[in-house]
Amino acid sequence: MTTPPTPLPFDLLSPTERPFFDRLGNGLVVVLPARPPDPKGWGRAGPPHGGAWVHLGEDGKARAFTGKVEVGQGTRTALSLLVAEELSLPLSSVELTMGDTDVSPWDMGTFGSRSMPDAGEHLRLTAAATRTLVLELAAARLGVATGDVALSDGQATTRGAPSARSVGYGDLVKGLHRVEMVPPSTRPIPPPEWTRAGRPALGVGGRDIVTGGRQYTSDLHLPGMQYGRVLFPPSHGAKLRRVDLSGAQALPGVTTVHEGDFVGVAAPDLLGARAALKALRADWDTTPQPSEREIVDYLRQHPAEGEDFWDVIHEKVGDVAAALASAPITLHETYTTAYIAHVPMETHAVLASWADGRLTVWMGSQTPFRARDGLSDALGIPPSQVRIVVPPTGSGFGGKHAADLAVGAARLAKASGHPVRIVYTREEEFTQAYFRPMAVIDIRSGAEKDGTLTAWQFDDLNAGSAAARLPYKVPNQKIGNQPADSPLAQASYRALAATANNFARESHMDELAARVGADPLEYRLRHLADDRLAAVLRAVAERAGWVVRPTPPDHRPDRGRGIAVGLEKGGRVATYAEVEVHEDRRLEVLRLVTGFECGAIVHPANLRSQVEGGTIMALGGALFEAIHFENGRILNPRLSEYRVPRFHDVPAIEVLLLDRPDLPSQGGGETPLIAVAPAVANAIYDATGRRLRSLPLAPEGTVP
Amino acid sequence: MSPPEASARPREASLLRVNGVDHPVSLQRDRSLLYVLREELGLTGTKYGCGEGECGACKVLVDGVAVRSCTTPVGEVAGRSIVTIEGLTDGERLHPVQQAFIDAGAFQCGYCIPGMILAAVSLLDHSPHPTEDEIRAAMDGNICRCCGYLRILDAVQRASQLSVHPPGATP
Repeated sequence: MTTPPTPLPFDLLSPTERPFFDRLGNGLVVVLPARPPDPKGWGRAGPPHGGAWVHLGEDGKARAFTGKVEVGQGTRTALSLLVAEELSLPLSSVELTMGDTDVSPWDMGTFGSRSMPDAGEHLRLTAAATRTLVLELAAARLGVATGDVALSDGQATTRGAPSARSVGYGDLVKGLHRVEMVPPSTRPIPPPEWTRAGRPALGVGGRDIVTGGRQYTSDLHLPGMQYGRVLFPPSHGAKLRRVDLSGAQALPGVTTVHEGDFVGVAAPDLLGARAALKALRADWDTTPQPSEREIVDYLRQHPAEGEDFWDVIHEKVGDVAAALASAPITLHETYTTAYIAHVPMETHAVLASWADGRLTVWMGSQTPFRARDGLSDALGIPPSQVRIVVPPTGSGFGGKHAADLAVGAARLAKASGHPVRIVYTREEEFTQAYFRPMAVIDIRSGAEKDGTLTAWQFDDLNAGSAAARLPYKVPNQKIGNQPADSPLAQASYRALAATANNFARESHMDELAARVGADPLEYRLRHLADDRLAAVLRAVAERAGWVVRPTPPDHRPDRGRGIAVGLEKGGRVATYAEVEVHEDRRLEVLRLVTGFECGAIVHPANLRSQVEGGTIMALGGALFEAIHFENGRILNPRLSEYRVPRFHDVPAIEVLLLDRPDLPSQGGGETPLIAVAPAVANAIYDATGRRLRSLPLAPEGTVP
Repeated sequence: MSPPEASARPREASLLRVNGVDHPVSLQRDRSLLYVLREELGLTGTKYGCGEGECGACKVLVDGVAVRSCTTPVGEVAGRSIVTIEGLTDGERLHPVQQAFIDAGAFQCGYCIPGMILAAVSLLDHSPHPTEDEIRAAMDGNICRCCGYLRILDAVQRASQLSVHPPGATP
């Protein structure tokens, strides 16, 4: 008797061992192996990552594979466009598989705006090498030189119109079982020559979205599936002392699991699972936890090592101490940002199912391969025995990196003998997910009498290093960041450190401009060290109708105007804000102009959506979003208590996209957010003369 | 779609009329309309977002009016005509509001979109040519966390310029 062979994930096999053709049918496969990580970038201590493969099948379709995932940021369409471009295929003939750990290339995760520069580049290279092979196959079939073959819409055609002969890609690869590696000489089509990418295109999957047919993890259902719930501590820092499972176990069809700190229940329906959770009797040991009112002092008193060593920088240029001591003008201010929540519209959802000792988990994860490793460790099974599939996901914003819920679902599925789905309630999403870290940032600056900066000391506490570096010319700099021991769970968030650091720096620049009576726009342009950023700033100022004048204004108008810039993750952003402060101190944001440049634009409509949406999401964090907490308890874990932007919060917004086909494409999901808060704070100062240095700026809707 | 005579039909305590089809369901008090639609009828286009009527992801049409199904006990809507996002298409043909959302590229993660579309259908059925302020006010109960509000606004405005009524209806 033999047991069926274990299906090994592709990334655990060498390219020639992978059963491409068993899974995908006959055809041509082209592989770009995983690449060594950038020695200065994300995951530099990790294994080679990324790469891509493309399968061209007998049906003439290209199936491309990446380990990145789509959680609403639009990369499925943008990456598919890059493949379609290289292969001269209609978008509908490209199928992109993202983040399926059985068949996708290993990937460290979808974060840090790396999908376009990494996966985009890898897929372009792979598809470009595929194009070369298609040309060779076509030339042989048609009996001409490769230079005499043109590719168009899935057809290879001999050049020379009257006697042109054609063959479809599907015919060219009929019966093939050929695997090729991408040669180092491969050159993708330069963006100025693009005919599909960079052009208007509808996002893929729209029909499923508008008809309700799109199945998110929380919509998936398997035969016999049960519903899981997890017993969570009532407050951060609480430890389970004792739990009595008997009440839940007495309910019909209920399975309970208590393993280590994990206590969960599963029942045949959602209401049964809720009843079972309620029937658990638990005692908790609590220890006093810091509260919101003392948090700044607490963070200052609790520096931490920082697990994410790559995110700690200590940079020095010149002698900042001496420059500060001798500067005629000095300024020392502190800026803070609150803990805020991701609030994905689809709460965390997982579905776990065991078959023949192998586990499959469907989950909205931004790190499916890390989730595979996490499940493997927690359950004591080899990584090859775990498959993670990432279905369409109802947004992430950096909030869907953890695998603990999947571990719980896997345990409940094993114990019950049924597939188990767990979906967080909204309250669980607020209390059990991690938050964007709170930041405390100190800036000490020195300048000549005319405002020319001579010294810049920037100390970030607890946010991270992103956007901490200066886009301005300053001869003496000391820039560093220090992790802290946070009382609340904190981790990745869309533009997390960049939002905090940019708010601090761009507010401080405005304060310096006001100190010497300079115009905020001219003051920035005078110091900017980056021509691309200066171009974005000028474009935004022109669109906004910025009138150069000293700051602060000699009289206080009700309306104020502010401007700010940001340079992070390869993108350049500038935001202009116009606000009105009414007689009752109510703040109204009237107009925002965001300009953004991230190299060659791949999918203009989606980039516009990212910049518009990012601008509005950032406005929430700038004006009113904040997690309130006391002694380990989250005080506002509901959408009725935690305010996110709605239609009535949206001001007039103009977006300027600066296309640079001569430059590599960078991500657009994060950097567009980072100049909004300082632009608004600067506009409030312009209107009122009051400098606000803490986010959110107007939690109750009014300003001092 | 949502024939007006639906409310005049005799009320069947155990029947729920969804997308023109009567379904026998238990009318237990603790079941929300959202629960019955998703878990018993398998109509997963209607989404859970908050469970307290704050986000609009769960909106469906009840007698032509957008209603938050997560806070609606199923017993309250027995015998009335319910339309979910799955019931909005006419065979293969998309409702004009659905088409407008596609044409405007009005989605990012897409999770809020069924609720957004039904809120828009409800608005446009009652006020075919709303001003921008009226659209914002009518849809303020629907949250898009991707903050795709400008594209959604564009979609509703596009739809308002088309006929949102069945062919033959007077404008």
